[in-house]
Amino acid sequence: MNHLMPHPAEIIEKRQENENTYTFRLRFCEEEVQRHYRFLPGQFNMLYAFGVGEVPITLVSDPMDTEFLDHTIRIVGNVTQALARLHVGDKLGLRGPFGSAWPLDKAQGHDVLVLTGGLGCAPSMGAIRYIMRHRSSYGKLAILHGVKAPSDLIYQKKFLEWGKIPNTEVFLSADQADRTWKHKVGLVTHLLDQVNFDAGRVLVMMCGPEIMMRFAVKECLVKGIQADAIYLALERNMKCALGFCGHCQLGPQFICKDGPVLCYDKIKNIFDIKEV
Amino acid sequence: MTAFSIDRSELDSLFQALKKRGYEVVGPTLQDQAIVYDYIESSAELPVGMSDEQEAGSYRLKKRSDGALFAYAVGPHAWKKFLHPSHQRLWTVKKQKGDLQFISEKPNSIRYAFIGVRACDIAAMQVQDKVFLSGTEKNYFYKELRENTFIVGVNCSHAVSTCFCTSMQTGPKLLSGFDLSLTELIENERHIFLLKCGSKKGEEVLQELSYDQAKPAEQEAAQKLIENTSQQINKNLDVSNIQELFYQNYEHSHWEDVAERCLSCANCTMVCPTCFCTTVEDVSDLSGDHSERWQKWDSCFSLDFSYTHGTGPRRSSIKSRYRQWLTHKLATWIDQFGSSGCVGCGRCITWCPVGIDLTQEVAALRGIQK
Amino acid sequence: MSHSSTPKLAVWKFASCDGCQLSLLDCEDELLAISEKLEIAHFLEASRLQIAGPYDLSLVEGSITTAQDLEKIQKIRQQSKYLVCIGACATSGGIQALRNFQDVKEFSSAVYAKPHYIETLKTSTSIASHVLVDFELQGCPINKKQLIEVILAFLQQRQPNIPSYSVCVECKQAGKVCVMVASGTPCLGPVTHAGCGAVCPAYHRGCYACYGPMESPNTQALSRRWQDLGASRKDLVRVFRTFNAYANDFHKISEFHEKKEK
Repeated sequence: MNHLMPHPAEIIEKRQENENTYTFRLRFCEEEVQRHYRFLPGQFNMLYAFGVGEVPITLVSDPMDTEFLDHTIRIVGNVTQALARLHVGDKLGLRGPFGSAWPLDKAQGHDVLVLTGGLGCAPSMGAIRYIMRHRSSYGKLAILHGVKAPSDLIYQKKFLEWGKIPNTEVFLSADQADRTWKHKVGLVTHLLDQVNFDAGRVLVMMCGPEIMMRFAVKECLVKGIQADAIYLALERNMKCALGFCGHCQLGPQFICKDGPVLCYDKIKNIFDIKEV
Repeated sequence: MTAFSIDRSELDSLFQALKKRGYEVVGPTLQDQAIVYDYIESSAELPVGMSDEQEAGSYRLKKRSDGALFAYAVGPHAWKKFLHPSHQRLWTVKKQKGDLQFISEKPNSIRYAFIGVRACDIAAMQVQDKVFLSGTEKNYFYKELRENTFIVGVNCSHAVSTCFCTSMQTGPKLLSGFDLSLTELIENERHIFLLKCGSKKGEEVLQELSYDQAKPAEQEAAQKLIENTSQQINKNLDVSNIQELFYQNYEHSHWEDVAERCLSCANCTMVCPTCFCTTVEDVSDLSGDHSERWQKWDSCFSLDFSYTHGTGPRRSSIKSRYRQWLTHKLATWIDQFGSSGCVGCGRCITWCPVGIDLTQEVAALRGIQK
Repeated sequence: MSHSSTPKLAVWKFASCDGCQLSLLDCEDELLAISEKLEIAHFLEASRLQIAGPYDLSLVEGSITTAQDLEKIQKIRQQSKYLVCIGACATSGGIQALRNFQDVKEFSSAVYAKPHYIETLKTSTSIASHVLVDFELQGCPINKKQLIEVILAFLQQRQPNIPSYSVCVECKQAGKVCVMVASGTPCLGPVTHAGCGAVCPAYHRGCYACYGPMESPNTQALSRRWQDLGASRKDLVRVFRTFNAYANDFHKISEFHEKKEK
């Protein structure tokens, strides 16, 4: 089978999250394809805009929801721009799911720290939703999310909802706050000091700009969290998502199939080296 | 494996037998002052009486007087040009009344017969097999071409200064991966080929040739020929603890040294028989209702290769691009696919316009100056 | 035909030979289709018709060599939503940028009977040295297929498929044999931007760098190789001072060799 070929999918809903970010609710046009489609939190799809190209986008919906597939897209290049121009009812190409998932089985019985920056909150959505669905299987959940400016914050309603759930803490922070901002101010890494957790019992799921993750990993290590308890979702150039095109390599890892979610332990020797 | 012998003139019967079975015969032939791989009709189109001399950054043809057909080392082309072509349409999409219809490109059903495949190049195909066929998802286009290919291997009777298959344990003797293997013997006006079958398909083709059982003396001569070739190889790549070597030296100052010399022109990756990287292009016309996706050879030496929005190219320095190529080829490839990405064919050394020799770069990383 | 909603195309000329504009006229098969998708509002090479701006797409050929050019390019920029430079003159100053290495006054007095009639700048420079440019299509002349691709990409609002890697990549993709390695022919392919399809190496000649510098040209390393093959410093100055002499990387290396020569 030609795994490089997308299937047509329809835009069921389009929600604008902020100035340049949209969430698309998609459904495969072929019922058969939709029925058989299953994914795990953290996995991604390749979204194709007609005539323009493909981009890897993580699923943000609840994996138990088999009716629709939600994707949050920020306009950063031509393909995302083209996708953003589409409306409800328009068609695009979709193939997937690809890549590794958040370690939700391993995390059972543990406390979970979700640490995200910017649009990095999107790839963590599936994991949070999963934990919420199976809340009693997990210990304490702390969600730490940082944005540059208040206007960058998306999913605000969800964050606030989750913060009200027992044994769940949500901390939001903006680097450059304004008068409207009612949460913390400063770098997301500083939020780590606000959370109480047992370093031996916690599992960290992290996603955001790499520079942020580098600092956050260091902080976590300082606080006594083991390298094999830290998971990161990474981004690289991807063309095929099957490990055939070679673009997404980070050392021995193909981000498309070994990642995007990788255990820090596996990349600790190269993560801090420039231009690997 | 039983050895047979066929006369030089029987080679054309081999061509005929292959064509009769629907194969397109491809083999070494002279073109543009080099021995390249192309479609050939008969043994007359092989590089009769030609040999080569190769060094880092240099390739020259040389005439021989004995009419030998395979007395040269590998040239600028790798067989990947047929099995993993430089341009491949992947699919087409039509837009009609807002609906998208994706139509897959069919794998090329051409059946190739490769003549004169060297041991290092068979090893290279086996390396690409692991890349494209060992995972859960198989490469749709490569799979069919590869499975349909008939391989006539040739044991090397001649090595050049850039060969180092002995270091990578891929040659010069053919061990597996062929349908038929040949060893060219020229002695006292007698020009014969020692022939072995490596598959059922090979045995069937053999039945259409007029052959003899190989005589012990012929077998001995063939053995000696390959041993001689082995001894001609004096380039060496020390692969001991090679992964550790690379993983501990990401920040070695020698990478700066290579970057001074490296053109980032990507020739090494283009000629490498295992380099498999590709990019895609969406090609459409003005009608706006039809678009095609094409796959093209790409290289980790290109700036766009590692480009992500927001960060730009992840590897913008030449240093980092060379380091990625060599580290992948010799070290991370082993993590990924269980074997080295290098088969010791020496093409990247010969065809580097400035003659960068990876074996010397590895030696330098080890602290050994040559 | 009504053009009310179709994007407006303008083609502009500065100091140049017109060859790149001709590439557009040479797109016989596609030109008609293009004219249906784009209203050709200003293209003096093709039509006297001149429709006022603003323009959605401006193709700019030629380099900036006079004070009037300087003013004109600013106006064009203001009137253009998307500005594409086409050809070596527009992207690097062209062959006429050779003046940048000499004294223009001297030239003028040698060539013209009344040199005081000549009003010209001391240098010939690229469009991007003066205004913001959205895309540069390199080449002397440009490849018409690439021009069509740039226009298509504009219409389809996507990134043009114009790789900026070396000529070597397209040379090898096409299965050509390296002339430098196989016959010791000096070739500029490794430092030159792809786009021509490796025409010269395909005819057993070295590349002349008509397409200007590639994305990360290591001109020093290639120069050393040329010297091994017998090129002198003078030769090196000359080969880097052709159609793209004032492109940054070529400019730097030719000056380097010139200094070393002296």
